[in-house]
Amino acid sequence: MSTTILEEIRRRKVFFDGGMGSLLQARGLKAGELPETWNLLHPDILRSIHEEYLRAGCDIVTTNTFGANRLKYPHGGAFSLKEIVESAVANARAAAESAGHGFVALDLGPTGKLLKPLGDLDFDDACDIYREVVAAGCEKGADLILVETMSDGYEAKAAVLAARENSSLPVFATMIFDEKGKLLTGGSVESAVALLEGLGVSALGINCGLGPVQMKGILKEVLKYASVPVIVNPNAGLPRSEGGRTVYDIDEDQFARVMEEIADMGANVLGGCCGTTPDHIRKLVERCRDKEQILPEEKDRTVVSSYTHGVVIGRDPVIIGERINPTGKSRFKQALRDHDLEYILQEAVTQQDSGAHVLDVNVGLPEIDEAEMMEDVVKELQSVIDLPLQIDTSDIKAMERAMRIYNGKPLINSVNGKEESMAAIFPLVKKYGGVAVALTLDEKGIPDTAEGRLEIARKIYAKAAEYGIHPKDILIDALCLTVSSDSRGALTTLETLRRVREELHGRTILGVSNISFGLPKRETINAAFFTMAMAEGLNAAIINPNSRAMMQSYYSFRALWDLDEHCQDYIEVCRNQTETESSDRQGAGSQGAGPEKFREEKDSRVQEGIGRTPSSARRQEPAAGAVMSLGDCICRGLRERACEAVKVLLPERDPLDIINREMIPSLDRVGKGFEKGTVFLPQLLMSAEAAKAAFEVIREQMSGTGEKQEKKGIIILATVKGDIHDIGKNIVKVLLENYSYEVIDLGKDVPPETILREAVERQAPLVGLSALMTTTVPAMEETIALLREQAPWVKVMAGGAVLTEEYARSIGADRYCKDAMASVNYAEELFLERRAAHGLGI
Amino acid sequence: MNLKDTFRYLGYGSSQADEQTLKLAEECWEELERTAVKRSCFREYPLSFPEDGRMDLGCFQVASRALFKNLEHCRAVVLFAATLGTGPDILIRKYSRLQMSRAVVMQAAAAAMLEDYCDRINEEIRENYEKQGYYLRPRFSPGYGDFPLDCQPALLAGLDAGKRIGITLTDSLLMAPSKSVTAVMGVASVRSDCIIEGCESCGRADCRYRRDRV
Repeated sequence: MSTTILEEIRRRKVFFDGGMGSLLQARGLKAGELPETWNLLHPDILRSIHEEYLRAGCDIVTTNTFGANRLKYPHGGAFSLKEIVESAVANARAAAESAGHGFVALDLGPTGKLLKPLGDLDFDDACDIYREVVAAGCEKGADLILVETMSDGYEAKAAVLAARENSSLPVFATMIFDEKGKLLTGGSVESAVALLEGLGVSALGINCGLGPVQMKGILKEVLKYASVPVIVNPNAGLPRSEGGRTVYDIDEDQFARVMEEIADMGANVLGGCCGTTPDHIRKLVERCRDKEQILPEEKDRTVVSSYTHGVVIGRDPVIIGERINPTGKSRFKQALRDHDLEYILQEAVTQQDSGAHVLDVNVGLPEIDEAEMMEDVVKELQSVIDLPLQIDTSDIKAMERAMRIYNGKPLINSVNGKEESMAAIFPLVKKYGGVAVALTLDEKGIPDTAEGRLEIARKIYAKAAEYGIHPKDILIDALCLTVSSDSRGALTTLETLRRVREELHGRTILGVSNISFGLPKRETINAAFFTMAMAEGLNAAIINPNSRAMMQSYYSFRALWDLDEHCQDYIEVCRNQTETESSDRQGAGSQGAGPEKFREEKDSRVQEGIGRTPSSARRQEPAAGAVMSLGDCICRGLRERACEAVKVLLPERDPLDIINREMIPSLDRVGKGFEKGTVFLPQLLMSAEAAKAAFEVIREQMSGTGEKQEKKGIIILATVKGDIHDIGKNIVKVLLENYSYEVIDLGKDVPPETILREAVERQAPLVGLSALMTTTVPAMEETIALLREQAPWVKVMAGGAVLTEEYARSIGADRYCKDAMASVNYAEELFLERRAAHGLGI
Repeated sequence: MNLKDTFRYLGYGSSQADEQTLKLAEECWEELERTAVKRSCFREYPLSFPEDGRMDLGCFQVASRALFKNLEHCRAVVLFAATLGTGPDILIRKYSRLQMSRAVVMQAAAAAMLEDYCDRINEEIRENYEKQGYYLRPRFSPGYGDFPLDCQPALLAGLDAGKRIGITLTDSLLMAPSKSVTAVMGVASVRSDCIIEGCESCGRADCRYRRDRV
């Protein structure tokens, strides 16, 4: 081949082949038979199909490797995966030789599994599955790699990464969208384009799922965002079943006619997917062959993405929440030491509720393994929060691990003008994609003039360009020095912002609150400075979104700057604030206004752990003024009222006395009601949550006085291997924690060895195991056997939908717990015995 | 908003939910309505009964007395799959971390929503068949009675459900997204007089969530 595929695409419209499955079926492939086995069993048929497509005029034939991976062709099975892939490439190559033209695309389809945490396939395992196929395919001489029919951006990332890491071939990627332009896992066109371009694909587009007619709308959107050539490989039409046969709503001629429109819209590479045949391709090529190729222009859009959507950093300022950061926060530090991800998650949810668009994630603490913690926290956050993340670390290992497993295109905090910093960060940006926050400082420190900072910005842009990183993927941090020590600090920053925009046409970011260090009423000056910075063109601000003053600046600015049509957002926010204020006045009985007060209230909401509907949750509480004891609040599951009640009690009574005489008896009362069937699970849990919130208030008080509440003992909980249902186990955890046990939650799908290791390391007296499916009870039995053998002191309680008293006993559990209260009762019984045996009393 | 089944799945039996739990259930439904993306697919396969007591459903064979009772006298079988997508799983996961009571109610509400959706789609399929003079038997899922779960891979493959609506299986044959259903429905030329559907067709008469006990 004298020219490369990328050169061809630059010159003219290029054509893919069409469907493979239906052609194989027409030649005798049976339902249920694995199509890739025919690469070895019937190479002549595969060659002739490829050849038909090439003679029909296509330029690229895709190898018959859509489902070729080790999940379908395990090692030691009837067929060798390596041979299947090698023969697939050889067949396509032979066809190209015989036809006298044609590029060979190594085809990577989806694994058929959903990635963790929604499914059970680990991201790294997915990469490895693709690595095997890429290695075999490249060895045999593919010309490019086609990642196709991806309905999950995360899986597409695994495939593209594997392709890029294990070959130097161009990588194309096409995704499968529904008619609304959504991936099956919820991603948008914009988020998919941001992700794929970030990963460095040479062309991207859409395939399968829809016919050409339905794809036009999606294509329009792809063209709006994409800067690389665009591929469109639709199905033959919309399918329907007719007498057991699949037929399509349009014929070859109609297909080709619509494809011509698609070519005119701007698609650069065209072909077909399910149901299309050499006839479809011939007619498509005839119509489109001589059309002028116009490549997409580079889009000057700065976009970061989560698994669901992209966030554009442009004229409309973006709020980056700064609260996931241990600096100066003892409670946050403790959460990191305890690996308390729930606490961090609550910080995230609160900021999202307050209006943050992106969340900064900083988990640096000298005594923890930052890389490991960063990976855990990013995984946890991206599994429940749909905001893009800003990975904030100076530990390059932590940065790479987070960027690798991040499900989208992240913000990267940060790079700066030092050679060493750029040499470390830019290769990562190039490889994984991302938008880098670039601090305008270098080996000589922070310049005290705007010109000095611009100089560094220019240097950073130039160096980034050497790595192939476009200026749109750099956000210049103008830096601000505290105005109390440098009276020109703010002015220099503002000038830098303006000149980056005007002279460098760049985009900017700022950690706004630095400006006010050492000053009283910091929020007042922060908010004023924030408004000024936005007026100078600030594109993204790292702030505390829970601060009302800052958000007021933000919404006011947008209304004034023609960014908020009819001032809708502004009005909406004011309305919500008025509602909150009035309910605060009623509930807390405190009228203190001012920014600091606001922050306190927000922080207390963090502990309440309310989801996205804090104001509606408030409404559930009965009218204020009614006197209600702490015990009643807990029984009725009223979180906020329980917190208020405990605050009233705390100055007068000993914390432990409150716990033992007020809270525990109420929990017992609810628990008994649950056992009798008069209280139901949601109420039991709401009580537990109210108690937990009250505990948190007491805990703060105790940590202030240096007191510590003793835990009764360690209990390990896990859902056994193979089982991904963890709701029952989580219920048990909530209740056990309420009864002062230290719960080590190992999560779901936990191998026996992990449970044993934890039990031995922690010397845990009790392990709770959960299994929901009959198919996973054997894993429970295996775990118990292992514990019996190597940790004989451990007692095991077992529960889960399929278990019965008898069944639990037959697999060797010490106690069957039919529900969460039963496990509390067993733990109380067991630990009481232990204390008695150790002569500790209670 | 199907609060009745939501509370049945929460084990309420004939008891009334208190106002606060009711409110919570309504909020869960509202959030699910915004989050769930309902998708389904079905495909007809020929059905035959080879000698050995097994049934051949076109893309897999199976021996199951319970399923046999369901499919007896049928000439074909409709494979069916439906899902609420990954959204509900993410919600349940989120609230499992932040507010367990909401997670539990969300779980029940999503189950009720999925069941309602399946009923609606099945009704459409049934009407279509009746127009052509055929009758559809109630849907029967792997895991009901002795219809083994290990038919799932072949059933999903027969529908191409992974690619079409995003249902995948874990190593232990659980569906992901978890709010998904697969089932088979017999196509018969005669109406069956005794139609027992879903919950009641299960052999576990002592189940506390059972519909006809409520």
